[in-house]
Amino acid sequence: MAEYAWPKMSERSLIGKRISRLDGAQKAGGRAKYGSDQNPQRLLYAAILTSPHARAKLTSIDLSAAKSSPGVTAVIAVEEVGKEVQWEGTILAAVAAETELQARDAVRKIRVEYQVLPHVVKDDDVAKAGNNAKPAGEQVQGDPDAAKSSAAFTSQGFYGLPVLTHCCLEPHGQTVQWSGNEITVWSSTQAVSNYAGDLGAQLEVPATSIKVHQDHIGGGFGSKFQSDQWGAFCARLSKESGGRPVKFFHDRNIELMIAGNRPSHYAKVTVGADASGKITLWESESWSSGGIGGGNIPPIPYVFTKIPNQRKNHNAISTNNGGQRAWRAPNHPQASYLTCCAMDDLAAKMGKDPLELFLTNCELTTREDAYRRQLNKAAKHIDWTSKWKGRGKSRQGYLAKGLGIGVNTWGGAGHESTATARIHPDGTVEIECGTQDLGTGTRTIMTQVAADTLGLPMEGIRLKIGDNAYPASGGSGGSTTVGGVSSSTRIAATDALNLLFEKVAPSLDNAAPGDLEAKNGRVYVKGNPSKGMSWAEACKKLGVAPIEVQGRNNPRNPRGLNTGGVAGVQMAEVTVDMETGVVVLDKIVAVQDIGLVVNPKTAESQVYGAMIMNVCGSLYEERVVDQITGRMLNADMEFYKLAGAPDIGEMICELEVDEENDSRGIIGLGEPPTVGGLAAIGNAVANAIGVRVPMVPLTPRRVLDALNGRNS
Amino acid sequence: MQAFTYANPKTLKEALASLAGSWDEAAVLAGGTDLLSLMKQDVYAPKKVVNIKGLKELKGMERTGDGGFRIGAAVTIDELMKNRLLGEEFPALRAAAQGITSPQMRNMGTVGGDLCQRPRCWYYRNGFGLLATGTDGKSLVPSGENEFHAILGHGNKAFFVSASSFGPALVAYGAKLKIASASGVREVNAEDFFRVPASATEREVDLKPNEILTEIVLPVSRGSQSATYEVRQKEAFDWPLVTASVMVKLSGGNVSEARIALGHVAPTPWRSKEAEQAITGKAITEASVESAATAAVAAASPLSQNAYKVQLAKVALKRALLAAKG
Ligand SMILES: Cc1cc2nc3c(=O)[nH]c(=O)nc-3n(C[C@H](O)[C@H](O)[C@H](O)COP(=O)(O)OP(=O)(O)OC[C@H]3O[C@@H](n4cnc5c(N)ncnc54)[C@H](O)[C@@H]3O)c2cc1C
Repeated sequence: MAEYAWPKMSERSLIGKRISRLDGAQKAGGRAKYGSDQNPQRLLYAAILTSPHARAKLTSIDLSAAKSSPGVTAVIAVEEVGKEVQWEGTILAAVAAETELQARDAVRKIRVEYQVLPHVVKDDDVAKAGNNAKPAGEQVQGDPDAAKSSAAFTSQGFYGLPVLTHCCLEPHGQTVQWSGNEITVWSSTQAVSNYAGDLGAQLEVPATSIKVHQDHIGGGFGSKFQSDQWGAFCARLSKESGGRPVKFFHDRNIELMIAGNRPSHYAKVTVGADASGKITLWESESWSSGGIGGGNIPPIPYVFTKIPNQRKNHNAISTNNGGQRAWRAPNHPQASYLTCCAMDDLAAKMGKDPLELFLTNCELTTREDAYRRQLNKAAKHIDWTSKWKGRGKSRQGYLAKGLGIGVNTWGGAGHESTATARIHPDGTVEIECGTQDLGTGTRTIMTQVAADTLGLPMEGIRLKIGDNAYPASGGSGGSTTVGGVSSSTRIAATDALNLLFEKVAPSLDNAAPGDLEAKNGRVYVKGNPSKGMSWAEACKKLGVAPIEVQGRNNPRNPRGLNTGGVAGVQMAEVTVDMETGVVVLDKIVAVQDIGLVVNPKTAESQVYGAMIMNVCGSLYEERVVDQITGRMLNADMEFYKLAGAPDIGEMICELEVDEENDSRGIIGLGEPPTVGGLAAIGNAVANAIGVRVPMVPLTPRRVLDALNGRNS
Repeated sequence: MQAFTYANPKTLKEALASLAGSWDEAAVLAGGTDLLSLMKQDVYAPKKVVNIKGLKELKGMERTGDGGFRIGAAVTIDELMKNRLLGEEFPALRAAAQGITSPQMRNMGTVGGDLCQRPRCWYYRNGFGLLATGTDGKSLVPSGENEFHAILGHGNKAFFVSASSFGPALVAYGAKLKIASASGVREVNAEDFFRVPASATEREVDLKPNEILTEIVLPVSRGSQSATYEVRQKEAFDWPLVTASVMVKLSGGNVSEARIALGHVAPTPWRSKEAEQAITGKAITEASVESAATAAVAAASPLSQNAYKVQLAKVALKRALLAAKG
């Protein structure tokens, strides 16, 4: 059997190197083409009518005026009369027209009547949720009552995180042409290989008649796995318009309302500890909402799962808002916040340094050594020991400084992936894979793996991804892509190379094919570069037929090429203006373990991006809905606030690259660093100002209300 | 956005002639940073749009004969911010420009547009009208999401806050605005230009549909000290939560004259005569600015979610006064 194992750290030519993203210049220069940049000939534009009501019954819908509006080629009712709309922004009808303006004009002419029904859009108070709250049933472990009465210290707190939206820079949508029996989609999807099947099921056409192509995507973060309603009506509009292509992408406001969100999580938590600070008790009453379907149970206590005595109650609250979708590490950022804030408050109650409390309790995790090591490393980066003062004790004038901790864990093993390696007689090499580059560097790392395996430079590989004509590869979610595609690429390239060796060996004094190696653009007998030939000469031995082999990563047997399971710690330092409540993030540190790192540069940029999302989520981001009108009030990028470059502070990322971690194989990194930062920043603010601000984002309002004992 | 006709007049006279008697007929387009977003969101749909950005009469910044300063209404925020003389003599205005932290906004947005921009109240921007009324005809704001709304001067009707950062600074300087119509030019005090609309069809500025704001005239600043302090959450583009602009004259170490205006606390820039009175005759000290700030918010009546803005208003005013003292 062929040997697929990764080369030793010291023997890698390209794997593990800081290689800049292959499509970086294209993107920065505006030359990268996204689905929304596709303008096939005779393109039409679609626009939609959405419900302004959070809950209402459709009593009539009249499309006639829209149909006869100038430039209109097709009008489709997306919902039928009698339907009960469950959230604002529900798509009711779609129109295709020659120009975007004409499509929007026609939408304005659609007449809809509603019977408006009562709605619930708020989820912050479980007591007010009434029948909309569905209890999950109590979970008990150990003896929480006894633990409570015997605890030397207990601390109670309330912590909450509101709904966030994904706010992808490129909204959801696609350009579609349904001409004859063939459908072509220029998508914005996290799952190129699955898209055709998903769309085909909606349209009741075979997946084989759907071509999907995508060079780039402007963010997905978990919200772009489906072909969605808009994929289907866009295709139907195309068909009804005589097969002309139709483009539809959401406006920002609808994007924020209906194209996915991260569910809220709230919890009242009690933690108890013995005199040494070892946690003995966890009690939580939590609730969450991600729209009409309710909300998920947070995995709490997070990371410190071995707390011996636990009692947990959870309510899923259904609300009349657009539905949740996976959001970069689903439920983890919230669970980390709920857990680490409760621990930080316990430390404050005990008058103990929270770093010590976290260290003391590492034994309650499943990666004791890793967390202990990472806590110490992060503490060094942020200068914890010399900077940390007790809660509310580092105020100077109206400025106060604080430090905080958060932790993470994640899986990240590679997904199912197939890739074809093709070596042509002229020496060119193609790698084909139906994966997608989410902006994470997939193109770059696959090229590194293939080139390193074949002993070629980066330019020696022609990588082809983003098309469902290529061998299937999993959707990019769960941080599974890097492990999956690197492994399938490695296997395909190794097998192809072995076939090449078989062709070449006879010309090298009949060396055994297994004695050959390919390095530095040459194929030669191991350890003897002069006994060999250039890559181009070697490939000439193929005659007319290229070598073509497929490699597959089988998640059930990844052959040591990839695995899952990481730990991470983040620490933050903030400055708070005690008079205005404005929080400035001075510094955030991430220490993250990870397996074999194919490209430290793109890996670090995942961590930086994730830390920026942590800054946004802890300080700025929040969906604001109005109970009276049922509307989302900040469906824009003005009051749906995101950090800008000056708001981010100093970021430090330490990836724990060492022989031991490397030997685990590749582990995905996209998600874990989005976890822990919220807690780190929340705890830093509590440390700075002396009191807990229960809810993120930590706006001036919430900070001042907490300082003044107001409930916000 | 609905279709509209576009006029690109070459002179002020032509521009005035292409305006109409109602807001629905024609709208003035300067940088378009506000107007176009309202049109795209279908909050406003004028039949005609009249571009004034190229009008020479609305350009330029220069010293006036009496030593004051004239700013054309179509001067961009960036041009204003970079004018050295203006920055030295009217630091409160420059600070207000610097606070508009998006370079794109500063490059496109104009001074006139900043003064005439519509409120950012999210009920208004979501189509509930300038007075944010619900189906019962009452304002949605008091029992709704009001964390960014007014704490002063709302009279239980108009709860939005004036969005203009230049407004408070111009009020503090006692600037005058020149407004042209086909029948002539009139002049109003910056302070009187802003007003609280009585109905949703009125504007929050003293401007008729057939008028164009042509220039801003600042009086001589010699002998005065001034500053603006803005409380904003983000460093990158963001709206201030509260601003304070102050102009003081000192004689013998004591304030002999003060003009004080708060921004983002009321439907207009909020001139606080109470604060002016409290500081006048006193040296600027921690104690005197505290009492001026307390006086400024004495009449505040915060809504369910914005009590914090009372404190912000005080802090902004204190810091502005201390900054003006230098
Ligand atoms: C994210 C963001 C952040 C912002 N932050 C701030 C801030 O911190 N402080 C601040 O003050 N502003 C801020 N702004 C607003 C920005 O300054 C205004 O949009 C801009 O100044 C408007 O100028 P304009 O020339 O583009 O106006 P336009 O959009 O062209 O016009 C705005 C309004 O004024 C009318 N108008 C314009 N000029 C005249 C004139 N000469 N005579 C009569 N009517 C006229 C128009 O008809 C229209 O009703 C921000 C905007 C955004 C989007």
